[in-house]
Amino acid sequence: MSRLVVENLARSFGGVHAVRGVSFRLEAGELLALIGPNGAGKTTCFNLLNGQLRPDSGSIRLDGAELVGLEPSRIWSLGVGRTFQITATFASMTVRENVQMVLLSRHRRLLGLWRPAARQFRDEAQAVLERVGMGGQAERPCGVLAYGDLKRVELAMAIAGAPKLLLMDEPTAGMAPGERQELMALTDSLAHEQGMAVLFTEHDMDVVFGHADRVIVLDRGQLIAEGAPDAVRADPRVQAVYLGNAA
Amino acid sequence: MTALLTVDGLHAWYGRAHILQGVGLTVGRGEVVALMGRNGAGKSTTMKAVMGLLAERRGRVAFAGTDVSAWPPHRIARLGLGYVPEDRRVFAELTVRENLEVGRQPPRAGAPLWTPDRLYALFPNLAEMKDRRGARMSGGEQQMLTLARTLMGNPSLLLLDEPSEGLAPRIVQQMADAVRTLKAEGLSVLLSEQNLGFAAAVADRAVVIEKGVVRWDGAMAALLEDGDARRAYLAV
Amino acid sequence: MDFYLVQFLSGLAQAATLFLVASGLSIIFGVTRIVNFAHGSFYMLGAYLAWTFVERWGSDVLGFWGGVLLAALLVGALGAVMEVLLLRRLYRSPELFQLLATFGVVLLVQDAAFGVWGPEDLLGRRAPLLKGTVDILGRPFPLYDLVLIALGPAVLGLLWLLFNRTRWGTLVRAATQDREMTAALGVDQARLFTGVLFLGSALAGLGGALQVPREAVNLHMDMAMVVEAFVVVVVGGMGSLPGAFLASLLIGQLQAFGILVFPQITLVLVFLFMAVVLVLRPYGLLGRKEEAPPPAAAAGPPFAPTGRRAGLAALAALAALAAVPLLAGEYALIVLTEVAILALAAASLHLLVGFGGLVSFGHAAYFGLGAYGAALLVKHVAAPMPLALLGAPVLAGAAALIAGWFCVRRSGLYFAMLTLAFAQIAWSITFQWYGVTGGDNGILGVWPPAWAASRAVYYEVTLALVAAALWALRRAAFAPFGYTLRAGRDSPLRAEAVGIDVRRHQWLGFALAGTAAGLAGGLYAFAKGSVFPTLLAVPQSVDALVMVLMGGIQTVAGPVVGAAAFHLLRTTLMASEHWRVILGLVIVALVLLFPQGIAGFARRLWNRGAEA
Repeated sequence: MSRLVVENLARSFGGVHAVRGVSFRLEAGELLALIGPNGAGKTTCFNLLNGQLRPDSGSIRLDGAELVGLEPSRIWSLGVGRTFQITATFASMTVRENVQMVLLSRHRRLLGLWRPAARQFRDEAQAVLERVGMGGQAERPCGVLAYGDLKRVELAMAIAGAPKLLLMDEPTAGMAPGERQELMALTDSLAHEQGMAVLFTEHDMDVVFGHADRVIVLDRGQLIAEGAPDAVRADPRVQAVYLGNAA
Repeated sequence: MTALLTVDGLHAWYGRAHILQGVGLTVGRGEVVALMGRNGAGKSTTMKAVMGLLAERRGRVAFAGTDVSAWPPHRIARLGLGYVPEDRRVFAELTVRENLEVGRQPPRAGAPLWTPDRLYALFPNLAEMKDRRGARMSGGEQQMLTLARTLMGNPSLLLLDEPSEGLAPRIVQQMADAVRTLKAEGLSVLLSEQNLGFAAAVADRAVVIEKGVVRWDGAMAALLEDGDARRAYLAV
Repeated sequence: MDFYLVQFLSGLAQAATLFLVASGLSIIFGVTRIVNFAHGSFYMLGAYLAWTFVERWGSDVLGFWGGVLLAALLVGALGAVMEVLLLRRLYRSPELFQLLATFGVVLLVQDAAFGVWGPEDLLGRRAPLLKGTVDILGRPFPLYDLVLIALGPAVLGLLWLLFNRTRWGTLVRAATQDREMTAALGVDQARLFTGVLFLGSALAGLGGALQVPREAVNLHMDMAMVVEAFVVVVVGGMGSLPGAFLASLLIGQLQAFGILVFPQITLVLVFLFMAVVLVLRPYGLLGRKEEAPPPAAAAGPPFAPTGRRAGLAALAALAALAAVPLLAGEYALIVLTEVAILALAAASLHLLVGFGGLVSFGHAAYFGLGAYGAALLVKHVAAPMPLALLGAPVLAGAAALIAGWFCVRRSGLYFAMLTLAFAQIAWSITFQWYGVTGGDNGILGVWPPAWAASRAVYYEVTLALVAAALWALRRAAFAPFGYTLRAGRDSPLRAEAVGIDVRRHQWLGFALAGTAAGLAGGLYAFAKGSVFPTLLAVPQSVDALVMVLMGGIQTVAGPVVGAAAFHLLRTTLMASEHWRVILGLVIVALVLLFPQGIAGFARRLWNRGAEA
């Protein structure tokens, strides 16, 4: 059985079809890139998958369980983690506390009224931070981190939730080329190590063609191509709407 | 070639973080300069500090022979410095036409004169959606509108912050074409870029900064040949 | 039928005034993002000025309308002056500081109006040529009100033209969305904002001036109107002028007919209407979802971890306070008892504001309900004090649980308005349910039993309970519960994406804060021996916010310090005839000079000392 099965997903905003009839599958341990022009519906797709938006129709099943209609927090607890296009962290907390929040949530300790939060799951959080190379900055407030480091914190928060499916919205946007490759290589090894499926959007074609196992292409809300990176790159329709003659 | 923009010993802070630590650079008349460097190096901060948008800054910024270091942003803009921010920031509730109106300033000697019709000719996409609100436009269209809106101020120098970031490859090509057209019109451009390919396609000169200090300054062609500098400062 | 028609028309006339004031408020908020509490004061000033001008020149048509217009223009100029002197320095401050600063202006204007026009209600001259009535289906209807009815749509039309057909209007709309970008395009923000304040304040002044022939001018017009105007703006949708117009019409009718059906609770009707609208249509009737809702309180730097030293300092302070009865007299004990109680109330509000980023405009409701809970138990079932003190937080907590369920559905300013609405509802219940609460006579004779009757013993009891409650609140704030509230404030998006049910936590946080405030209220009832509806009123809620802000939002000790400073200041100033003006100036100075509050300022000095 596939890890994620999306069937006939559709959503419109005031008569504009942002996403229509989108279907695809994703296997455990696989990296799937979702590409397409700005405004093609990529972010809408993500918001539908993690419950931020409700689809007008269609179905999303994670290991056979239907996700449509569930709250985002419920979908997370079923195993869907996410990083954002514009990084979202808890700015008033330290890097380690950000990860501790995820662990507290995962172990259902959020309602604790007495034991200080900063003393719970400290070592576990530190271990996750070491894994993404942020161990040395655990005590720094998230509000003062460099952009690339924030992206790593987001990744640490995502994997601390031990997701079955990780959604990454433009994970390397705003990073230097070297950093991009490094972050995606890390994601790659985490995915294979933990059998986690990864769906990501990206504009940097070096990242897409260097790291994705498979690529799907969205244009005006519809899937227009799907397949191995090289096949998608050679597809004349994809070149026309998205890649241009640079590819 | 006389320098249109001269930045000297520019410092800037975000709270306690000392982001710019004495940046110095020049842009000559008719020149396109690419400000390059990794994320967090201080490219966007340089742009904002030059434009007067940061409260905590120190140093000298001279534009068109006038010291504008202590000026508020609107006076700097009226002197002919046009700023195109990295995150687009179109006025979402205003139509394309109204967005252009906000940018309108009187004609300026020594700078190309722009009208909505000339801009619609330059960006045909916009001509098809004059009454569309900014919120209903795609990212690429918004990027074009931001640039067109700034041109309505008839600037002699453009500050283009990360013009290719987050855009589809096809739109990036259009953007590069637009920058070359503007150069041909006589505009000077200072653009910040991480995308070496884009910078190489449009810029005459490159200035590389790292941790708030200029590390490399020279012809674009020289940077392309200097593998050590590229690896050291740009990680490519 | 005819009767209803006349009632309908007078509702329309009322709506016109509401719209004038509310549109000004909406325009100012749109551009400056400042919730201008002083807007009601400008309305009141418009009325007073127009009264003076009309008394002098209002015998002919030109003199009357010239006077009205002059009053509006003068008030507009005053708004512009306020922008230049005060607001301009606050655009980058958290919303709460702006609120506080404009509340300072409210106090200043009140005192000035009192000084110039005195405490008496002033009845104005009626408009020449419009003194009579017309026959509407056989019933007389004032001619003047017909003019007002026509004025509403006319002003809406003119404003629409101004904002959609002029360059100035386009620039204002652009600045409403992105001030910095507008400046970077060469637009002089400062001048634009001064102009907006002039326009908005002049509309408020006009609204007030036009009331002169209809009702007596008095010193209470300001708060009554600003609260109603807020309701109109929120119901219509922030920033939407047609929305404000529609909401004015609906609320005007609600008041006109509500007074026939439920004469006692028209105010409650208006607030209930708002609560229902906000739950059904989150962004108001014609409002659009804002891409980034205005933050109520900025996410600040992390709270400084308080070490062993701070804990010892707190214990030492507690010991010193416990020893006070050995030295001090009765009066000092009374004041200190009140300070301790207010410190708990402020700390409970701080849990919401400082940790949850939830700015409640109605926190006094839970303090007051706690006080009433204790008083009712004593009065009706002759409960002993310990039982009454247990009942106080239970009642307040239950009320907070109910109100909170609605309030946390919305964030930012909408949350603030919903809390205000529920506080007004609670206030009118205590005010109007004579049989149980005694109405505005309150409940008297709520004294501690013999063993705690001495001031010193009651002081120690209060100190012990408050210290225990403060400690518990602090533990909760640094336990996962408090962290979760902060997570919801820092980034609701991220919080949801890691499995946190933000709304549920905010709801529980609201209930916890209400419970703690209720305990403070219960203690207050026994300290004073009586309770009155004013304990739940809007000024009390604002006082609580002032205390939190005086102390500084980003510090844990802040609310305690703030409550002490505020209460001591007020107790000292009460003797002065001009306490309002002094308090107003103190507030404005605090906001401009100590934006981090007293405790935050002290911490900075401390850190600087440590670095040196």
